[in-house]
Amino acid sequence: MTLKFAAMGMATLAAASLFAPASYAQAPESSDPIKVALFDWTSVNLNAKIMGGILEKLGYTVEYPTADYLSSLTTGLTNGDLTLAMEYWQTTAGEAMAASDATGQTENLGPLGPQAKEEWWYPLYMKEKCPGLPNWEALKDPKCAEAFSTPETAPNGRYLGGPVTWEGFDDERVVSLGLPFTVIHAGTDAAMFAELDSAYQRKAPIMLWIYSPHWAPAKYEGEWVDFPAYTKECYEDPAWGSNPDAAYDCGKPTGEIYKYAWAGMKEKWPVAYNVAKNYKIDTDVLNGLSGQVDLEGKSPEDVAAAWIAENEATWKAWAQ
Amino acid sequence: MTVVAEPASVRPRGSYTWPAIWAVALALVLGLFLARHQLLWAAEYPSRAIVPISQWIGAIMTWLKVNLSWFTRSITAVLGVPLDFALDLLAKNFKIGTGADAFILPRLSWVGVCAAAFLAGRAYGGTRLALLSGGLFLFIALFGKWTSAMLTLSLIAIAVPFCIVTGLFLGILAWQQPKSEKYAVSPLLDLMQTIPTFAYLIPMLLLFGNSPVSAMIATAIFATPPMVRATMLGLARVPAEISEFGEMAGCTPRQKLWRVLLPSARPTLMVGVNQVIMLALNMVIIASMIGAGGLGYDVLLALRALKVGEAMEAGLAIVALAIVLDRVSQAAAYRQSQYHGEIVAGQAFWVRYPNLTLAILLLAGTTLLGTVIPFFADVPKAITFTTAPAWRIAIDWITVNFFDAIEAFRVFLILYVLNPVRAFFEGFPWLGAVFLIGLAGFQLGGARLAALVAALTAFCAITGLWEKTMATVYLTGISVLLACLIGIPLGLAASRSDRFEKIITPFIDTLQVLPSFCFIIPVVMLFRVGDVTAMIATVAFAVVPAIRYTNHGIRQVPPNLIEAAVVSGCTRRQTFWRVQLPLALPEIMLGINQTILMALAMIIICAMIGTRDLGQEVFIALSKADPGRGIVAGLAIAFIGIIADRLFNAWSARARSRLG
Repeated sequence: MTLKFAAMGMATLAAASLFAPASYAQAPESSDPIKVALFDWTSVNLNAKIMGGILEKLGYTVEYPTADYLSSLTTGLTNGDLTLAMEYWQTTAGEAMAASDATGQTENLGPLGPQAKEEWWYPLYMKEKCPGLPNWEALKDPKCAEAFSTPETAPNGRYLGGPVTWEGFDDERVVSLGLPFTVIHAGTDAAMFAELDSAYQRKAPIMLWIYSPHWAPAKYEGEWVDFPAYTKECYEDPAWGSNPDAAYDCGKPTGEIYKYAWAGMKEKWPVAYNVAKNYKIDTDVLNGLSGQVDLEGKSPEDVAAAWIAENEATWKAWAQ
Repeated sequence: MTVVAEPASVRPRGSYTWPAIWAVALALVLGLFLARHQLLWAAEYPSRAIVPISQWIGAIMTWLKVNLSWFTRSITAVLGVPLDFALDLLAKNFKIGTGADAFILPRLSWVGVCAAAFLAGRAYGGTRLALLSGGLFLFIALFGKWTSAMLTLSLIAIAVPFCIVTGLFLGILAWQQPKSEKYAVSPLLDLMQTIPTFAYLIPMLLLFGNSPVSAMIATAIFATPPMVRATMLGLARVPAEISEFGEMAGCTPRQKLWRVLLPSARPTLMVGVNQVIMLALNMVIIASMIGAGGLGYDVLLALRALKVGEAMEAGLAIVALAIVLDRVSQAAAYRQSQYHGEIVAGQAFWVRYPNLTLAILLLAGTTLLGTVIPFFADVPKAITFTTAPAWRIAIDWITVNFFDAIEAFRVFLILYVLNPVRAFFEGFPWLGAVFLIGLAGFQLGGARLAALVAALTAFCAITGLWEKTMATVYLTGISVLLACLIGIPLGLAASRSDRFEKIITPFIDTLQVLPSFCFIIPVVMLFRVGDVTAMIATVAFAVVPAIRYTNHGIRQVPPNLIEAAVVSGCTRRQTFWRVQLPLALPEIMLGINQTILMALAMIIICAMIGTRDLGQEVFIALSKADPGRGIVAGLAIAFIGIIADRLFNAWSARARSRLG
């Protein structure tokens, strides 16, 4: 490390003395590596590789450390171990983002573009057994609930929710909407989708939490349950909605997906900071790119490189 | 025959009163259980009396982060130097300068590394080992896992020597100063081995940063203890004659230690080295969550996208690395202990080390070629292949054809076995548990043991984790029971047939090293999320020591005792039940003890498939980056392990002394 630094230091010194006026206030302002976090799902890694790829084109040194989704907000990003992370979903990371904002050592770089949607979801073949769907009131019918049941939840239907750390409020929702369902929490979404895949192949009953952008709604045919639309009052005011005594008698909120940076990035790499702040991607484009990785088996690096090559004008404008 | 038929008079006098004491104690606890609605405070720990230890730890962590960061970060920087070098050398290329005009020194060519693995095998173990290690490296390359595998290998290559040296010095210290062993080193080792790694990931991130170095330190914490234990054991076991001989020959204490004692302890030390390698590879998945990347990250990523086959291939690449490192290091140690080569002065380097010279030449040659011919630089995509579709087809086929039968089995287990037992455990009054465990401690080991285990049990209650603790105990208990019911008979069978032992060994090796995540997800596809899946995954992991120790225990019964039994007219069956089994009992107990610890470690990981216990608590703490909460839950898990360990040790010590 020290050796490398020394070498780098000498290189920059030499460069600075020769081309001092030209390289001033231009990318790269510092040759220290910009660290773009990788998490463990496809779309965030695609965004990270696209972002990193652009920065490399601009002459920056980029590293891609792997990190843990929620805890990175209050650990790595607060002290510069991570410079940038591309996706924090308002729908699942609300609390962690608030904690991160409270430290004052991170900066929310604004929305990435796509809207996160999460809701109860079922495969299309379940509609035969419960014809009233996607209207949520169909689920109140005991026969319909039983169609979604397993022996240990019967006569209640079985709803497979996300990990307890995701702020889903499904236990509350089931009570306040009077749904005859039992909520089972999967520990990780890998486990959740493993169950979906298994059930889907056997055309077996399943009702679970699915979110988008994600490869699952593209791969499996199904629908989201139509709950009363989310409002802030629904979660906060019991009087709102069909159940006058309980909150959460509505669907889940949709939300932005935010980019976060270490607070020191703005000073250290102003141009890179601008790129990160301006970086946006369209929902359909992102779904398409994710599909290329997850369903067609391309590598995220290749897909990202292709995007960068095709959209040079777009990202050059971000750097201004 | 005297081995078992113990005359009653030899028993300690008090032993007749114990059943009576237990009857009274159980009746008392039963009374408490029945009256749990009246004596609510004794059944459920009152929430206003919870001691906020997690907040205290959180505050300490914040203080450490603010005041000691300069120190921990400089450790990161120092350890980062060799690690970065290894990473660049094996996986990433050296980059001098920055940006597009940086000068790049290539990493070692994959062809050269495979050849070096082959030569290392040949140097230490002959052609068979050479084919094994070269072949496995080639297998990794052909599966397209080369870069990831080299990332993992560099981490291991730096972490393992670090663990071995640290472990050696700690072990020597503990051996030289028995007091420090008893009061500092031994409890420390227990905690290092039983606190789940997930519990200290957040402190690692805060103190050492999100980098491969943190991952390396976390690996070291987990993988060093066996080396310390092996060093202490090895030094203690050196025969007194050898030690005295050293003194007579005029050695200083230092010379005696390094030149006489440690070399004599080599076989035991090598067991430690083997365990360090295995445990370090066990950690790669978890390490990838805090910045290590490599094969562990491949497994996580593949599972998130439900690519079971890819995850399995990355997992098998980890197994391949483990096998090569283990076999080559074992062979190297064996060679060195056999052959104390005379070093002839003036002999040329290439004559003395022909394999090493050839390896260096090949590495240099292929790496240089790589700058011209791309084939040598990166594994060409055209020659890689994947078995992922086959895994997928196999799993889909099982899912479609066997699900109904499996589902019936799962439902039966849940409704008639797991749920009732769970309800019983979760409703168990905490005061009753403290009392009964304390009593067991008193019977087995006296007042000190009683105080220790009762205090550790109480810790789980006063931190407000009672229900989750009992949920953990329930799942661990059932899994351990099943693992023993499966593992001990398999171990017995292996001990009686060399062929069966040969068949079963590769399977248990794989079960131990293959990351548990790889097989959890396929199990979920068949058994849904929940306790049954957790139980199956745990049994699969924890069955290994039950098999190993049972087999080992029976096999090490001295042959003269068996002969004596045969001479005195025992049938084969009698010899087995009356002589071999009782004599192997301490070893089998140790196996059960290890099974419990393994099961505990696995139960935590099972929180990833929706179990509601201490593991879940650890994961919640991880996602909220709450170091205090994670460590307290981790300590509760560690204490379950330590209680089980102490009671078991006391019990098997008694059993051993009764057997003479």
